[in-house]
Amino acid sequence: MEMTLLEAIRAGLDEAMAADERVFIFGEDVGKRGGVFRVTEGLADKYGEARVMDSPLAESIIVGASIGAACYGLRPVAEIQFADFIWPATNQIVSEAARMRYRSNGVWGCPMVIRAPYGGGIHGALYHSQSIEAFFAHVPGLKVVAPSTPYDAKALIKAAIADPDPVLFLEHKKAYRLIKGEVPEEAYEVPIGKAEVKRAGSDLTIITFGLMLHYALEAAEKLASSAGLQAEVVDLRTIRPLDTATILQSVRKTGKALIIHEDGLTGGIGGEIAALVAEHAFEYLDGPVMRLAGPDIPAMPFAASLEHEYLLSVDDILDKLQAIAAY
Amino acid sequence: MIVKALPVSEQATVLSSDDLRKMFEFMLLARLLDERQWVVNRQGKAPFVISCQGHEAAQVGSAYALQAGKDWVLPYYRGLGVVLTLGMSPEDVMLGVFARATDPASGGRQMPAHYSSRPLNIISQSSPTGTQVAHAAGVGLAIHIRNSIAREIVDDAIAWVSFGEGTSSQGDVHEAMNLAGTHKLPVLFCCENNSYAISVPQHKQMGVQDVASRAAGYGFPGVVVDGTDPIACYEATKTAVERARRGDGPTLLEFKCQRLTPHSSDDNDRSYRSTEELKEMRLHDPLHRYTKYLKDEGILTDVDEQALRARIKDQVDAATKAAEAAAVPDPATVLRHVFAETND
Repeated sequence: MEMTLLEAIRAGLDEAMAADERVFIFGEDVGKRGGVFRVTEGLADKYGEARVMDSPLAESIIVGASIGAACYGLRPVAEIQFADFIWPATNQIVSEAARMRYRSNGVWGCPMVIRAPYGGGIHGALYHSQSIEAFFAHVPGLKVVAPSTPYDAKALIKAAIADPDPVLFLEHKKAYRLIKGEVPEEAYEVPIGKAEVKRAGSDLTIITFGLMLHYALEAAEKLASSAGLQAEVVDLRTIRPLDTATILQSVRKTGKALIIHEDGLTGGIGGEIAALVAEHAFEYLDGPVMRLAGPDIPAMPFAASLEHEYLLSVDDILDKLQAIAAY
Repeated sequence: MIVKALPVSEQATVLSSDDLRKMFEFMLLARLLDERQWVVNRQGKAPFVISCQGHEAAQVGSAYALQAGKDWVLPYYRGLGVVLTLGMSPEDVMLGVFARATDPASGGRQMPAHYSSRPLNIISQSSPTGTQVAHAAGVGLAIHIRNSIAREIVDDAIAWVSFGEGTSSQGDVHEAMNLAGTHKLPVLFCCENNSYAISVPQHKQMGVQDVASRAAGYGFPGVVVDGTDPIACYEATKTAVERARRGDGPTLLEFKCQRLTPHSSDDNDRSYRSTEELKEMRLHDPLHRYTKYLKDEGILTDVDEQALRARIKDQVDAATKAAEAAAVPDPATVLRHVFAETND
């Protein structure tokens, strides 16, 4: 059946909670209100407020208490209301959840998910628009997942909950209701750590994720109709661990790579991917590895004109594709 | 001073002579094992030591009121007396001091005294303390959720967490106590107040005399306990444990104790504590006080004490020897356990 990205995440949560009584949701406004975006709508009624629990307005304890609950043996799904609010919990995520297994020599672990809506384009301004993947992709011991389609999102939230280690699960806010797609009724799986070629092509490779994937697919169609060139579009789906095999396989085939992310350019995940391609696919390259990313300004401004200027568009991507193709 | 009165539990006051001697044994073991760590440190065999000396009464007395392997325990780095009382062996501890492969806490990955044991429900902790207080609230939350789903108390375990008065300044401590108070979680917050955070004295750390007074702001009792009296520490803990098991919620216990050593083997307390103060501090050694008490009460004789000291010394010698002889971690294992392995 057709679902929005948001509905698919909710369906995944619902199935995970139905299948395993250890799973509970903990975050601000997740209970009666069903979350400010309604991702958890109806779940408190269905599973009780003890399993869909409103937390105090304090992000460090949302994650810190989830770590304790995970060590006890439950399967917490912590919600950070906006990814921009995650910073007070950084110490708990980086120094505690991600290190628990390593520092205990494999004795303890933190099977937990931290859901965080990220990304701009919803008039959220500086504190409701950030992309945070690059900060957390640097952390060994933490998995970072960012699905782009309802199909992937439903399976990946279930995979994240089933994972024995902590997973930061990033959900693009603008994609929540904008992106719709078919989601099978029957069970299926999408593994963490596997990218997917969402559009096959032989002339150049686009590597991206999140809302930008959909813009990239659109730009690829335009390039095909305008220039007859076929772009291959790789959806990362997982930011860490990166699926290096899929990335390299595509670039080795096409010889050209464009990495796109909404987050700012400098220190973004694009740099890591570019280095990977340069190191392992250098002799296949037929042009410079290029990045298209947000501007290096502190965060996304509120005024529509400024927000629009920050965000990449399909035309921005098309321009860049043409430049790379012409190289 | 009791900030908010707690009814003293009936069971709490009943400690047999055997119990009192057992507590003494744990305190003495903690002291002698701690002293041995300093010896191996000064011999250049162990790069770092952090001490429990002066906290033994608080730690042993409080941990004696817990059920090892059932209750969840999150001690901070001074908690040697806690983990010995719960059942970690001197060899387990020394394996950590020497950073050996078989160190049960971390396989030599963490600094010594970062205790952890799956069978004893001792959850691994980090060095910048305060984070573990949030984890303890999370254990309490998990127990609360399980019991709420079952609509009865199916697990009456509690979470016991310790931290220094310096760490009580951390935001995580506030967030944890607020959560625990909100849902009456079964958590015991144990502040071992030795009045110093490395070199910073309490009056530069907070505007209150007693950390326990903050409990009122979270809606649960806070109790100041003489942390040099193991019986008082046991009784206060036992009362709080029973309260938590019944579902009546958390308690903040503040054990006023002494730090008889510098902060760590890398610190020099003479650079910030006066000679008079250091001399005066020695008068509050919990081990001396408890030894005298037991002898005055006729529970322990000089002969008993000497025999016990000899036996513990042998135990510490054997533990030191075995741990020193144990294998160091294989360098090839440095990449392991970032994520779960197939057999985890």
